[in-house]
Amino acid sequence: MTQELKTQDTYHNRNNKERESAAQYLSFTLDNEEYGVDILRVQEIRSWEPVSRIPNVPRYEKGVVNLRGSIVPIIDLREKLCIKFTEYTHLTVVVVLQTSDDNKIRTMGVVVDSVSDVISLDKTKIQSAPDFGTKISNEFINGLTTVNERMVILLDVDKLLKLEDLEISES
Amino acid sequence: MSIDMSQFHQVFFEECFEGLEAMETGLLNLDTVAIDSELINTIFRGAHSIKGGSGTFGFNVIADFTHIMETLLDEMRDGRRKVTQSVIDVLLSSVDCLRTMLTSIQEGEDVDGAIVGKYRGALEIELNGSEQKPSAAASVNAEIEVESSAVATVAVADEFELIKQGWKIGFCPYLDLLKTGNDPVRMFRELAELGEYSVSVNINDIPAFFELDPEECNLSWALEIVGDIQVEEIKEIFNWVEGDCELDIQPFDKQIANHTAVEKITEPELPVQDIQQTKAAQVETKILVNTEDSRPEAQQSENDLTKISIKASSSIRVDTAKIDTLINMVGEVVITQSMLSLIGENFAMDQLAQLKRGLAQLERHIRDMQQSVMNIRMVPISFVFSRFPRLVHDISTKLDKKIELKLVGESTEVDKVVVELISDPLVHLIRNSLDHGIEIPADRIAAGKPETGTIELKAYHRGGHIVIEIIDDGRGLDRKKLISKAIANGLIDENSILTDKQAFELIFMPGFSTAESITDISGRGVGMDVVRRNIQALGGNVEIISDFGKGTTISIHLPLTLAIIDGQSVAVGDEIYIVPLVSIKESINITENMLNKIAGKGETFRLRDQYIPVIRMHEIFNVQPNNKSNPGEGVIVVVERQGILCGLFVDELLGPQQVVVKSLETNYRRVQGVSGATILGDGSVALILDIPGLVRFSNR
Repeated sequence: MTQELKTQDTYHNRNNKERESAAQYLSFTLDNEEYGVDILRVQEIRSWEPVSRIPNVPRYEKGVVNLRGSIVPIIDLREKLCIKFTEYTHLTVVVVLQTSDDNKIRTMGVVVDSVSDVISLDKTKIQSAPDFGTKISNEFINGLTTVNERMVILLDVDKLLKLEDLEISES
Repeated sequence: MSIDMSQFHQVFFEECFEGLEAMETGLLNLDTVAIDSELINTIFRGAHSIKGGSGTFGFNVIADFTHIMETLLDEMRDGRRKVTQSVIDVLLSSVDCLRTMLTSIQEGEDVDGAIVGKYRGALEIELNGSEQKPSAAASVNAEIEVESSAVATVAVADEFELIKQGWKIGFCPYLDLLKTGNDPVRMFRELAELGEYSVSVNINDIPAFFELDPEECNLSWALEIVGDIQVEEIKEIFNWVEGDCELDIQPFDKQIANHTAVEKITEPELPVQDIQQTKAAQVETKILVNTEDSRPEAQQSENDLTKISIKASSSIRVDTAKIDTLINMVGEVVITQSMLSLIGENFAMDQLAQLKRGLAQLERHIRDMQQSVMNIRMVPISFVFSRFPRLVHDISTKLDKKIELKLVGESTEVDKVVVELISDPLVHLIRNSLDHGIEIPADRIAAGKPETGTIELKAYHRGGHIVIEIIDDGRGLDRKKLISKAIANGLIDENSILTDKQAFELIFMPGFSTAESITDISGRGVGMDVVRRNIQALGGNVEIISDFGKGTTISIHLPLTLAIIDGQSVAVGDEIYIVPLVSIKESINITENMLNKIAGKGETFRLRDQYIPVIRMHEIFNVQPNNKSNPGEGVIVVVERQGILCGLFVDELLGPQQVVVKSLETNYRRVQGVSGATILGDGSVALILDIPGLVRFSNR
């Protein structure tokens, strides 16, 4: 009986280990490039709908929408990452993400071209982003990985959606 | 049985503060001539529940302190002690002390032992000193008594440990004691804190193993406890199990036990008086802190208070009747919903009327439901008012004035947040009325007024607002002095002619609250600008009407809730903004050529005889003008900010509506010129303009 228990234990351990190193990401495309965010941060996926503009904020902060009674800001990821802006189509989607900023949980939406897939990854297969010097800022990038021979850029949600402090520049 | 007690701490503190308030109100209403025993009972209950709670949670400092108060109150309740003003005063200051202790514990700080000791001393003196119960056994030990009287109680206890005195307790619980949630072990632990104790357990009653019910208590105990303990203290511990057990408490040694009682009673007169004087001095200092003489400290304590109220605002106590109404309402909605889905399942055109009726019903229910949900946030204004009798009592004693406080409309309900934020400004206004409004009795008689001044604090609903009025029959505001002071301070021009209203408005001007102006003019103006700013921050306003020599009325208008405001929606390009209705003075249709430019940039508009600055919403918010509206035509919405007018140039007015205020900051950030957002009927989001912020923003 003890023997049996032991094997069960090791089995559990193995299972846990697997779970620890595995992670699921939601992948989406922006201008033919594939990006991924931690799926546990994704609250929902919605189609694009017109926003209420907020005055005097950075261009990539498109405005706010009503998400079942709460006011949620929408950020254009193309513009945030300095990719050429395109008009929104019926394929444009908004991924609603949860970010934590100074222990405060916020809900925010990001506009992406389209969502592609949910990918399961072994964490060991994520490689850190190479240094591009000043050419490209890699501060939002958690790492890179390969899925079906395609490169997926994994984004750090918290850093990506950290709001710049406007109060300082205003005063 | 280990429960994380800390989860109940919040509730405990709330209950304690409530209990303290009840005690305070009771003490203030207590009349030394006609004693209302019910009132004393209320006070006693307050102390008792605080003591019980703090004991359970292990806050022994509080439990000990309250115990002394309780003993004192108990004697008053039984008529063994006369209710005198000095007892009431000591109890009142003890309530304050308790409040400070509780606050410290709540904030996780250490209790200031020195202060506690001070009040505790005062209480004990009151307890021991004025007790005049004669005792036969007194003579034997009187000499020892006199020696030990000046020594603190702890020392007394030590001294008497030499003489073996104590209690024998037979504790025989009924079988179902454990089922009532009582734990003998805990009670014994408490007993152990009273003194040296030993326990023996009787296991004879335990049935055979197969008949044993683990939920039954088959044990009984014999306890012996040694120390300077009063029978009440022991009874207190067993209080909760009264009726669930047979309890037999016997003194250890009868004669010495009697002496224990004596020790508490007799005490020489002289030291008592001495210490009572010191105590009076202490009370004096405390009152000083409350008045303006020591402003920084007073401010400090006010700050502390706001800190607490912000902390406490996370939970709310709701009348169960309100919740029941809400539950009823939800039931109705569910019924209507199921009716509608029944119609929807096999819908035919002939059911259209029925459907429409159902929808109308649903709409009505939902509106009712919204109303009752909002109601849950409403608390009676007595939450704020209840602290004023104390304030008036303290300050009028200090100032040697006779003042009667009348409270009217205490049950008027208002949003919890409003209640919390209005209390500090109100304290300030009341204090002003006390200090500068009401004259000293001699002056009042000279002016042909009754000796006792009256301050009336009145709350009532008017429209969607609550009005709070502070009416005093004091000396009123001297218009001439106000104006000359304002001219001297350079606040107004020498030649300007002011209406009464404008003159009284002067006291709200920031620079007007200088120290010397308080004493010579009728006085007001200390931080009145802050008062007004706080009230305006709540979306309200404050007005002053004064009759020189007859009195002053200050009325505060506040919105009932901060969650819903009356707004005017305006269109700017394709965007819709909400302007709070309270700040709108008027709206005028204009064309562009009615605007005048100053230095080619700043635009002004001539409103009757006054030029007012114009803010173009298109420019300040970078909105693309849309093609629909005629270029150059629009509406000037005249808004007021602290008496200054300003025009907002918008495309069109869309109509007034009530809007539910939502925070932008929950998921986003503060935006200049915007105070929040709301959701319009079509589900889209509109921003609510923050007029003061907008004006500041445009001036940059």
